[in-house]
Amino acid sequence: MGEFAYMVLIDPFVQMFELPDFFVQVIWEGFVGGVLYSLIALGFVLIFKASGVFNFAQGIMVVFAALTLVGLNAMGVQAHLALVLTVVVMLVLAFSVERLVLRPLVNQPDIILFMATIGLTYFLIGFGELLFGGEPKIMISDQLGLPSGAVDFDILGGLVSLQKIDIAAIFIAGAMVAVLAVFFDKTRIGRALRAVADDHQAALSVGISLSTIWVVVWFTAGIVALTTGIMWGARSDVSFALQIVAFKALPVLILGGFTSIPGAIVGGLIIGIGEKIGEVYWGPLVGGSIESWLAYFIALIFLMFRPQGLFGEKIIERV
Amino acid sequence: MRAIIGPNGAGKTSMLNVINGFYHPQTGKITYKGKSRSAMSPNEAANSGIARTFQNVALFHGMSTLDNIMVGRNLKMRRGFFWQALYHGPARTEELENREFIEHIITFLEIEAIRRTPVSRLPYGLQKRVELGRALAMQPDLLLLDEPMAGMNLEEKGDMSRYILDVNEHFGTTIALIEHDMGVVMDLSDRVVVLDYGHKIADGTPGEVQKNQAVIDAYLGVAH
Repeated sequence: MGEFAYMVLIDPFVQMFELPDFFVQVIWEGFVGGVLYSLIALGFVLIFKASGVFNFAQGIMVVFAALTLVGLNAMGVQAHLALVLTVVVMLVLAFSVERLVLRPLVNQPDIILFMATIGLTYFLIGFGELLFGGEPKIMISDQLGLPSGAVDFDILGGLVSLQKIDIAAIFIAGAMVAVLAVFFDKTRIGRALRAVADDHQAALSVGISLSTIWVVVWFTAGIVALTTGIMWGARSDVSFALQIVAFKALPVLILGGFTSIPGAIVGGLIIGIGEKIGEVYWGPLVGGSIESWLAYFIALIFLMFRPQGLFGEKIIERV
Repeated sequence: MRAIIGPNGAGKTSMLNVINGFYHPQTGKITYKGKSRSAMSPNEAANSGIARTFQNVALFHGMSTLDNIMVGRNLKMRRGFFWQALYHGPARTEELENREFIEHIITFLEIEAIRRTPVSRLPYGLQKRVELGRALAMQPDLLLLDEPMAGMNLEEKGDMSRYILDVNEHFGTTIALIEHDMGVVMDLSDRVVVLDYGHKIADGTPGEVQKNQAVIDAYLGVAH
């Protein structure tokens, strides 16, 4: 028993201390994964805030966007042109979702809209497969001008190696969040988005059109999905399996709160780094690969103590 | 300035909801600016210059006073998604121009001190004032006020009455107001309409309405 306690409580920290360069490497890997989780969670938060809909299709939107980009390129479209066309496709998708799914279901209970997004998920899986085929594809990162290779740092008596694509991912994600923050905070449309999120009726009374706002939100979520798809695709490949990974956004959302953009970012980083460290230092004790469920476990513990998340609004019901 | 009064459940708020497009009338028409329509959407109503406030304050609670009032400028700002996304050039100029206009409203309503305060932290009376500010930001031709003085103390009621009169006199805005405080109603309004169970039972100057037997019966009840 004493030995087991040592293995769980002491040994992992000794390892971290003895090989600090490796520890930094682990944190870096977790950080990059966390950034990508944050991006997916951001897509969920955007739509949830503005329309109160939990968009089950966010994961498949990531796949669909990446697939469209790669697929267009495979059809002979130049890479950057394909990128522009994919943005157009996401815009068309946003319009169609508003027109064909949200508008006919306006004023229905949230669960109905949630079901509709599940339907949308299966439609996009089928539609994507029909157009571009179901086999995994390689992301066209070279053609898009994304860097490859690694930068090595000699620190802490060892070697820490950072993939250039990961560095790029972090910068792009950071830039996107910054642009979104300014957009939400400073512009008319951003204010209208927040207004709709706060109070539908009051927003309508000042002449904000709900349909326009929904299109803008779904389009923004589509762009976030495309960015995530490119970055994730460049790390592994572009396949439908990616949408399972997208559900890692759920524990992120539970941690960060469903309505908070900073929450999505911080939650993503906590989950990303936490699961990597857990996998490397505690994973071997139970035979490894705890990475796939540790995030959900953390979220579950979290739910018991702070159900509204780190940054979510506490809902107080008065009776 | 016209007041709409009537006992609870008479249909006063429903009437405002119909005018502002939240509800669609089952029968009848809305005639506004010479045009008759059987129904309009809230968007059309707002576009044609109808602004309103709500009985139970409907502000955007996560935002500051300034942002709340700025949302009221939504329709006056025309730059598209592209410029907005860049927040540069024309979109920025437009933003600043409208910001200036908002400052006039803030000065008018004497809420300079709470400009940056999140509205959820304001006391009720001030929230009502911010809501009026948001409606004024739309530069409406017709302003619908649903119980602007409910829950206020005497001093706040006095202030609010003054703002409402000023809006009416200086900007020439037509105002339709629902209010239960009869003193206020009789002082402010040029004409008073009385509703009961969805029907108009009286329409006249405050003096006429006060003497109307049907109105007295509706409020006090009659033996059948």
